[in-house]
Amino acid sequence: MNLYRDEGIVLRTQKLGEADRIVTVLTKRIGKVRGVAKGVRRTKSRWGARLEPFTHVDLQLHTGRSLDVITQAETLRPYGEALVTDYPRYTAGIAMLETADRLTMGEKEPALRQFLLLVGGLRTLVEGDHEARLVLDAYFLRSLAVAGYAPALESCARCSTPAIRAFAIQAGGVVCAACRPPGAAVPAAETIGLMIALTRGDWASADASEARHRTECSGLVAAYLQWHLEHGIRSLRHVERL
Amino acid sequence: MYEGVVQNLIDELGLLPGVGPKSAQRIAFHLLSADPADVKRLAHVLLEVKERVRFCRVCGNVAAEEECRICRDTRRDPHVICVVEESKDVVAIEKTREFRGRYHVLGGAISPIEGVGPDDLRIRELMARLADGQVTELILATDPNLEGEATATYLARLVKPMGLKVTRLASGLPVGGDLEYADEVTLGRAFEGRRLLDV
Repeated sequence: MNLYRDEGIVLRTQKLGEADRIVTVLTKRIGKVRGVAKGVRRTKSRWGARLEPFTHVDLQLHTGRSLDVITQAETLRPYGEALVTDYPRYTAGIAMLETADRLTMGEKEPALRQFLLLVGGLRTLVEGDHEARLVLDAYFLRSLAVAGYAPALESCARCSTPAIRAFAIQAGGVVCAACRPPGAAVPAAETIGLMIALTRGDWASADASEARHRTECSGLVAAYLQWHLEHGIRSLRHVERL
Repeated sequence: MYEGVVQNLIDELGLLPGVGPKSAQRIAFHLLSADPADVKRLAHVLLEVKERVRFCRVCGNVAAEEECRICRDTRRDPHVICVVEESKDVVAIEKTREFRGRYHVLGGAISPIEGVGPDDLRIRELMARLADGQVTELILATDPNLEGEATATYLARLVKPMGLKVTRLASGLPVGGDLEYADEVTLGRAFEGRRLLDV
């Protein structure tokens, strides 16, 4: 496979040499790919704008020895153009890209569901119908579920009792009074309800939630995500709440 | 592998940006065959630049004194500040000879994924400069990439309550290029920023 083609979302870019960039793309069929885009940092570059983070691109790559080389790129949808003019949405979007990068560990391992989820998340973020922080938390919860880390939200993570009492990250979600480990958080019932709504895509309930429950939900989801990733999400510190 | 000091020189040169092992070797052998006076001058300049050059206390540009040449120049318009990411951008804009105002160097762009937030840039210093009310226009000349645009958006929102005129450098077609080769985003921006041709 010397030359191959796939569509994907640009997750991040790193400078390489004088005018090149290493572009990390989560593609639809192949999975995460890192490719060199030559000369894109020059202002005369024809495709620098197509390989910016958030862009949904149609790519052609050439298999290289260590890194593949991007030979062609066409924009399918430039999500970044809309996000960059709204700072809270931009920071939420960057946190989504970083999480997608972390959750797809290996390169060239197909991750179709993660790709579709990211495209859906970015589209929802751009449409602007829901608060950026809610979209981000919904994305976190669903991407964790796709990766196999879905938190138990409706019955005890340890004994399946429906009478829940607390949220214990290390136990894998909500727990009953008997299974509750020391130090487990005791969130409001509405916060757990919000997490369920976000996981199911019940936007009517999520949009109607109160600010304090959203804040509590964000804190729990962020802690749960980072515990399972065994790694901090750097951009999360910079996500702005409206 | 070369003997001691020659290898040390190659290793040190190889640490410079854009210099690979082969280039480092070529530069090292050039220095070995060069006139000793030339090499001494280079060594002296390297030491001097590290000892003398600092960052301007007003704008953050590289300077040989407390304030840079542009901040000391009384002929420059103090009412307009152009915000750039790096000192290299000041040089690029100065080459145009179009801008007669002053600069503010941020020291980078907001990049949450790299852990760089607004507090890591010289934004607080910029706000302090704007506080005296002398500045009437702020030109945002951060890079036309995602991080540069996000930084410009953040700054525009931050200074909005001050009632300043905030402008962003235009994006569009490069001079001397063919329209058909322009990418969609650049061409789209060129359309957005089209101007009236008054002849």
